[in-house]
Amino acid sequence: MEESRLTHYFVFQSTFNMSNKYVQDIAEIRKMMEKSSRFISLSGLSGILAGIYALAGAYIAWKLAYATEEMVYSEQTVRNVRANWDYLMLDAFAVLFLTIITCIYLTRKKARKEGVKTWDTVAQKLLVNLFIPLIAGGILVIVLYTNGIIGLIAPITLIFYGLGLLNASYYTYKDIRYLGITEIILGLLASIYIGYGLLIWAIGFGVLHIVYGAVMYFKYEK
Amino acid sequence: MKEYINRLNKAFDNRVRLGIMSALAANQSLDFNRLKELLDLTDGNLASHLKALEKQDYIAFEKAFIDRKPKTTYNITLEGRKAFADHINALEAIIKKQ
Repeated sequence: MEESRLTHYFVFQSTFNMSNKYVQDIAEIRKMMEKSSRFISLSGLSGILAGIYALAGAYIAWKLAYATEEMVYSEQTVRNVRANWDYLMLDAFAVLFLTIITCIYLTRKKARKEGVKTWDTVAQKLLVNLFIPLIAGGILVIVLYTNGIIGLIAPITLIFYGLGLLNASYYTYKDIRYLGITEIILGLLASIYIGYGLLIWAIGFGVLHIVYGAVMYFKYEK
Repeated sequence: MKEYINRLNKAFDNRVRLGIMSALAANQSLDFNRLKELLDLTDGNLASHLKALEKQDYIAFEKAFIDRKPKTTYNITLEGRKAFADHINALEAIIKKQ
């Protein structure tokens, strides 16, 4: 009697262990497919910081580019873009520089923690795919500026950044795809409501980065 | 239940081989060093598992010289892809049955 119960117990244990092995096998397959084809060392924290830099930069740009005219009524007009062009460029490059430095630093830190190489083939593919639309957009912005079409600069940067993210999303978390689509939609809205360009730009590069960074942080790093 | 277990592929019973197949299934091709890095293995260990999968025609390789250094890239064969998919389907069926 005792013996049969014991046998029963062992049979049960071994099927349990086997099924456990199958679950682990599936988990291993998923992990290896992700690890080999996706770059997952992007830190949500860098998204949050990039968003904060963008908001600060947009605030400075707003102070530089908009002048409040007090006549009979107070009116806000975009009039100081060309006059303050050097300062606006400095502002933009400072934001870009800080963002890149922060991203590199936090990504390397996270990669080291996970024991993976930062600069592997997937990371390279991610960057190449991100930068093809970004460079195209950057050139287009220069062309627009030289032709005096300043109003379309904010929407164009949003749209091409969104396209870059969409392109890069095949090599990292799928969530980036939705961030890209949202940026594209915001860019199109900004092209319709040109007067709100800077405001929508601040939402796209500031608020969205903070929101997405926080979501990614709590989803994958907590 | 038993029928599903029979459908599992013995070649993928080993974790390393399962890992190799997973990585190759998700990428067009991977070179030896990249596989080594992904799976965290020694040269000899990885080579023996690759050879076993090669023998079954589940993976194929290509040798090329880049900067006079030999570079071997591996890719999954059609047969390998099918066998791997069957194996995953069997695994999922077993897990679902429980």
